[in-house]
Amino acid sequence: MPIKILVTAKRVEDYESKIKVNAQGNGIVLEGLKYKINPFDEIGVEEALRLVAKHGGGEVVVASVGTKDVHEQLRHALAMGATRAIWVNHAGPLDQMTVAGCLQKLIEKEKPDLAILGKQAIDDDQNQVGQYLAEWLGWSQATFASKEESLESEAEKSKTPALQLSADAKTLTVIREVDGGLETLECSMPCVVTTDLRLNQPRYASLPGIMKAKSKPIEEHTPATLGVDATPKITVTKMEHPPARKAGIKVPDVATLMDKLKNEAKVI
Amino acid sequence: MSSGFGTFNEEHEAFRQTVRAWVQREIVPHVGAWEEAEAFPRELYDKAAQQGFFGLKYPEALGGTGAGVFFEAVLHEELSKCGSGGVAAGLGAQATIATGPLHLFGNDELKQRFLVPAIRGEKIGAFAVTEPGGGSDVAGLKTTARKDGDHYVLNGSKTYITNGVVADYVIVAVKTDPARGHKGLSMVIVEKGTPGFGVSKKLKKLGWRASDTAELFFDDCRVPVKNLLGVEHDGFGQVMGNFVWERITLALGAVGAAEAILEGARSFVTERHAFGQRVSQFQVVKHQLAEMATDLEAARQLTYHALRLHAAGEWALGATAMAKKVATEMCCRLADRALQLHGGAGYMMEYDIQRHWRDARLGPIGGGTSEIMNEIIAKQLGL
Ligand SMILES: Cc1cc2nc3c(=O)[nH]c(=O)nc-3n(C[C@H](O)[C@H](O)[C@H](O)COP(=O)(O)OP(=O)(O)OC[C@H]3O[C@@H](n4cnc5c(N)ncnc54)[C@H](O)[C@@H]3O)c2cc1C
Ligand SMILES: Cc1cc2nc3c(=O)[nH]c(=O)nc-3n(C[C@H](O)[C@H](O)[C@H](O)COP(=O)(O)OP(=O)(O)OC[C@H]3O[C@@H](n4cnc5c(N)ncnc54)[C@H](O)[C@@H]3O)c2cc1C
Repeated sequence: MPIKILVTAKRVEDYESKIKVNAQGNGIVLEGLKYKINPFDEIGVEEALRLVAKHGGGEVVVASVGTKDVHEQLRHALAMGATRAIWVNHAGPLDQMTVAGCLQKLIEKEKPDLAILGKQAIDDDQNQVGQYLAEWLGWSQATFASKEESLESEAEKSKTPALQLSADAKTLTVIREVDGGLETLECSMPCVVTTDLRLNQPRYASLPGIMKAKSKPIEEHTPATLGVDATPKITVTKMEHPPARKAGIKVPDVATLMDKLKNEAKVI
Repeated sequence: MSSGFGTFNEEHEAFRQTVRAWVQREIVPHVGAWEEAEAFPRELYDKAAQQGFFGLKYPEALGGTGAGVFFEAVLHEELSKCGSGGVAAGLGAQATIATGPLHLFGNDELKQRFLVPAIRGEKIGAFAVTEPGGGSDVAGLKTTARKDGDHYVLNGSKTYITNGVVADYVIVAVKTDPARGHKGLSMVIVEKGTPGFGVSKKLKKLGWRASDTAELFFDDCRVPVKNLLGVEHDGFGQVMGNFVWERITLALGAVGAAEAILEGARSFVTERHAFGQRVSQFQVVKHQLAEMATDLEAARQLTYHALRLHAAGEWALGATAMAKKVATEMCCRLADRALQLHGGAGYMMEYDIQRHWRDARLGPIGGGTSEIMNEIIAKQLGL
């Protein structure tokens, strides 16, 4: 039974870029930065492609909010295999409620069976959009979808996938990460899932995929045309580097180490 | 504007992201182990082939993608950032010297027998010109191929041959008419296991350690005449024709490696403290890095110039010689300056810079020395 899945592709700073706080202390220096698709979103795209392939086809629609630069991330998802893209054209500050608002409107138009989002974006680590979205849509939600192992061996791939859709596409079983273990949920569809790092290893965008992505459509909206008020409800007032780590100490022997762990750090 | 402005388009840059991710996942975690083992697993050829890396400029009918030389240029630049010149060379050779001559000069039968499986990563190839007696003087090569019925009988030896140990086939430059100098040269394909064809164990090297480099011996080795590449006695032109793309890719590799070297140095001096401040805060160090970045960019743009000429179908012999010389020498200079910026750490095996410094040194030697590049450039000046 064909299914339709909406996924996201946020444009974020490449984790290999050197991040510096700007002179005003309320943001980062943008000059010289490289950008990528949010790795959690990339995992979401991968999972969506696998689910669609397994369920005899359907559609993976990828959405992103931002300036025209986000086309790069949308094209990346299209090159991986997403069917088409939606761009919500917006410049300037953006908070998680605006993003969730835009996605809500898109979902009301597109009526997908499922939305898969990253659990958070690696830039501001908010971890909120998926939760807002499920609440506002009145959908069930499963956050931090995950698997036990980080690296996918052949054995791992043949194991039960973290996301399993029932044959009638009415329920989704999701394995999710909780403190110190895994939990399995059964969600009624439609549903919002957010991905954790260990869910899968995303495929490479293949060369034929990159070529095909060129001709896949990108539909344009703005918060205004979607009827979303994009005025930020949250502003960043201050940003600072984490304090430099204090130098470690060397201990002469194991006994001293045990003593310090027990009596100073009090961790054992 | 980025450095690739006017050379690479959006699709090329998207492909760059793919290669970069592939290199990060499939190569970088293993570089230390493979350098130590002086080998990398054959499986890596399969993985590269699955991504279509060996067929970027070959037609779909042969199993390639027909994507073109700019995509392959991206591949060579990004592979060389893996931190091991040897891995980049082993894979790079398969995309260039081991397959290029087959595509340019091979007939359909040879393409089916060797090029198609090479693009699929099923057969590894090597390209052998250099001999113990000398490599620069291609016209003066000594390995002979005497015709005997429907076979050539090969005698002689080749050395410093990349992928020589793992190769399933070797494209060998031989004298089919020793009396005629460069007009007596031909290229024949010798398959692994052919009686009279021997391969030495891997040679020990200063750099490029993860790649295998071998000496090959031919002792009354009988090779079917149908293994002749193109026209008999046409080998000199074939070698020279093949050199253009090889040299462009060597220049691209030098540019890619230099980028990694510069970034390594930049990040080291920003972390390192001396005299109560970050080393990067000394003006003399800032200016060093500024000069290194400029040196790199100049070499990069000359390389891209040769690449664009070649892609446009020009016979870019001179521009390529200039780019190969400038880029590979720049990479050595940058590696040396970067090593100096590391202080004592630069001399330690645990830092990447020592490997870059060793690997870079091959640049002005392999694929034609800087002196031979000068010979080509001088000839173009009518000298
Ligand atoms: C790691 C490695 C991998 C290699 N892979 C391959 C391979 O896959 N296939 C292959 O065929 N070869 C390969 N080579 C060989 C390489 O191409 C040669 O080493 C190179 O062309 C130089 O030849 P040579 O070593 O015989 O030096 P020579 O030709 O003996 O030169 C010695 C010196 O004399 C100089 N010289 C020579 N002629 C002139 C002149 N006319 N004017 C001024 N100076 C001159 C040279 O520049 C050099 O400085 C490889 C080499 C190495 C080290
Ligand atoms: C094989 C080996 C043997 C050694 N043996 C000994 C030994 O027996 N005893 C011993 O005490 N040490 C020894 N050393 C250490 C050696 O003396 C130091 O590595 C060297 O003095 C540089 O110090 P560093 O490595 O801390 O580099 P750093 O001081 O961290 O310098 C890093 C870079 O910053 C530059 N830099 C630093 N300050 C300035 C400045 N003010 N202006 C501009 N640039 C600056 C340096 O020139 C260098 O390029 C040895 C090192 C090696 C590799």
